[in-house]
Amino acid sequence: MHNKTPLIRLSKRKALPTSKAWGIRLLAILLSLVFCAVLTMLVTDLNPVKVFATMFQGAFGTVRKTWTTGQEIAMLLLVSVALAPAFMMHFWNLGGEGQILIGGLATAACMILLGGKIPNGILILVMTVSAMAAGAIWAFIPAFFKAKWNTNETLFTLMMNYVATQLVAYYVIIWEVPKGSGKIGIINQSTEAGWLPQIGSYKYLLNILIALAVTVLMFIYMRYSKHGYELTVVGESERTARYVGIKVEKVIVRTLILSGAVCGLTGLLLVGSTNHTITTTIADNRGFTAVMVAWLAKFNPISMILSSALLIFLKRGASEISTMYHLNQSFGDILTGIILFFIIGSEFFIQYQIHFRKKGQ
Amino acid sequence: MKKVLSILLASVLCIGTLAACSTAAPAPAAAEPAQEAAEEAAAPAADLSSVKIGFICLHDENSTYDLNFINGAKEACEELGVEYMIRTNVPEGQECYDAACEMADAGCNIVFADSFGHEDFMIQAAKEFPEVQFCHATGTKAHTEGIANYHNAFATIYEGRYLAGIAAGMKLNEMIESGKITAEEAKIGYVGAFTYAEVISGYTSFFLGARSVCPSATMEVTFTGSWYDEIAEKEGATNLINDGCVLISQHADSMGAPTACETAGVPDVSYNGSTIAACPNTFIVSSRIDWAPYYKYIINCVAAGEAIDTDWCGDISTGSVVLTDVNEAVAAEGTVAAIEEAKAALEAGTVHVFDAAAITVGGEPLTTYMADVDTDPEYTPDTEVVADGYFHESEYRSAPYFDLQIDGITLLDTAF
Repeated sequence: MHNKTPLIRLSKRKALPTSKAWGIRLLAILLSLVFCAVLTMLVTDLNPVKVFATMFQGAFGTVRKTWTTGQEIAMLLLVSVALAPAFMMHFWNLGGEGQILIGGLATAACMILLGGKIPNGILILVMTVSAMAAGAIWAFIPAFFKAKWNTNETLFTLMMNYVATQLVAYYVIIWEVPKGSGKIGIINQSTEAGWLPQIGSYKYLLNILIALAVTVLMFIYMRYSKHGYELTVVGESERTARYVGIKVEKVIVRTLILSGAVCGLTGLLLVGSTNHTITTTIADNRGFTAVMVAWLAKFNPISMILSSALLIFLKRGASEISTMYHLNQSFGDILTGIILFFIIGSEFFIQYQIHFRKKGQ
Repeated sequence: MKKVLSILLASVLCIGTLAACSTAAPAPAAAEPAQEAAEEAAAPAADLSSVKIGFICLHDENSTYDLNFINGAKEACEELGVEYMIRTNVPEGQECYDAACEMADAGCNIVFADSFGHEDFMIQAAKEFPEVQFCHATGTKAHTEGIANYHNAFATIYEGRYLAGIAAGMKLNEMIESGKITAEEAKIGYVGAFTYAEVISGYTSFFLGARSVCPSATMEVTFTGSWYDEIAEKEGATNLINDGCVLISQHADSMGAPTACETAGVPDVSYNGSTIAACPNTFIVSSRIDWAPYYKYIINCVAAGEAIDTDWCGDISTGSVVLTDVNEAVAAEGTVAAIEEAKAALEAGTVHVFDAAAITVGGEPLTTYMADVDTDPEYTPDTEVVADGYFHESEYRSAPYFDLQIDGITLLDTAF
């Protein structure tokens, strides 16, 4: 009696072959889609094929929608790629949001204060440098404290987000038009000073190309450079890293400066290329969504193209369902939540194996 | 690997069957005759059937501000039988431009956005789709931009605020008469969003309405720095109540201030619609802009192929400025009659809300004021707005531009 094995028992799997792991993930996505379809049918009486057709419509229904989807993927991808080296090093940078905002603020400051006073080419250069520097500084501060006094980087980077948000709120009120409105509006709408150039008639192509280029560069940096090797070792074990003569403090600070600079670059693109204005919500939680993208992709920048595309597809598709069928926008969030729950849940089944009690045991 | 494949196949089959089930359902076939019948019924108003209108909202129904727009949109579209789509939670950035263009792509011939910060992005979209009409509430730029298919709209909501203020003044008088407070203690609290002309115009007209019936009334105003921040609005209202304010009103979009009043048992004049359901013991009355008349106007314009006003301003006579039912349980006796009387006087033009004789600024009478009617980054005053003994609000453009700090009102903070 007391020797009986439990009804359900878990054991950690040995590393699963990639194909099998992806099989489980794919199955989870399929199951989540079925679940969403059933839920949507119950709430709206729509047939599930129509639901998924609508989701697809929302993301790729027209040329414009496809471009917007591309732009959204690019922005999320860029932030995810920025977080990747820090995460690889097991430095939990949750400050992407603040680093984007501060980069955007630096961009907006250049556009407002220098717009029309210096040639456009130089202005854009100044914007780029200051946005990346601002993001880098925002990440450097928690990295320095971590390296020097081993402070908790999760809390520190989170708090830096609030500081950045308040700084943006403060400057919005300084630059607001008209007085008291709390809005800056489009910066330099008539002169387009400091607006990043548009490639042909494609509004978002530049953003997409930059994001892809940075992704490839980051992949090479993490996979093939000495720096990339060092940060991986630090992530695996700090002691080992010290033993083989890696200066851990230096690696932490260096990696975070890179991470922050790429977030700052995202801020530059969001303000200088896409929105041409700044608000406290311009980062749109990308700093946090990117954490999920990075995890799903196992910190591999190239895989992040897929995982960020999946998340954006879900977001835009779910939003289209809400609009088309006059549902509250929250319905889209519910669907996205369900799908993510399944995907993250599937990681459990990749890590662990479930054993049911066999008869007679 | 085999196992995985078989599982995959099985799930694909599952979906396939689900799909087959639903496509086999008889619903589509049954729907066709119904649709034909509907088309026949709509045949006389053939032009209206060609109109499709898209609405862009900053938040969703949880914001009283957006709810007011959404209700107006549904009412107008359902009454006229016009096809419509609503996108909620659209931020004041490129997303607004994308949403507006997507709506134009989807066949909308009118696109409407409800928040001030949407304006620049609507203008951008308007330039790209000259054949689609872009209408924007609360904006200020249509009259200077000169884009034929871009329009602003607002209403003389200061008149509504003034009438709601009369209900507040009557309540103060009742409290004074019953000995609950002295005449000097008749202090109103007001929770505003920003030190923006729209808010200033709103609280000043509300105060002038109250003071027109309760001469000893004073007012304190606090600002939250956000159009929608439930916690800050609740805190602001609570601070005002602790500071001795005996009646509260607001110009911010959450339920924060009304619920704070209900908790503290302080009478409240809300905005954008009745809050009586949540606050039965403190709600007096609420003023709001009814957007349905404007929506019907623009839909009919497009159906008839007529031009829409560049800068449309609704008022009491168009049915755009309305008050909710007065909550008799809380309001002072005779409130309804007093409001009706003042309303008639406003409509007849015998009473003006911003009567120069009722206003002093820094102890000086109001004889002249240059307002910033044409929006620019330097806030340059450009138009004389005091004439014939009153401040001409919403006449030179629909969005309010009254931004004077009049005596009797104390601003507790001006950080925003």
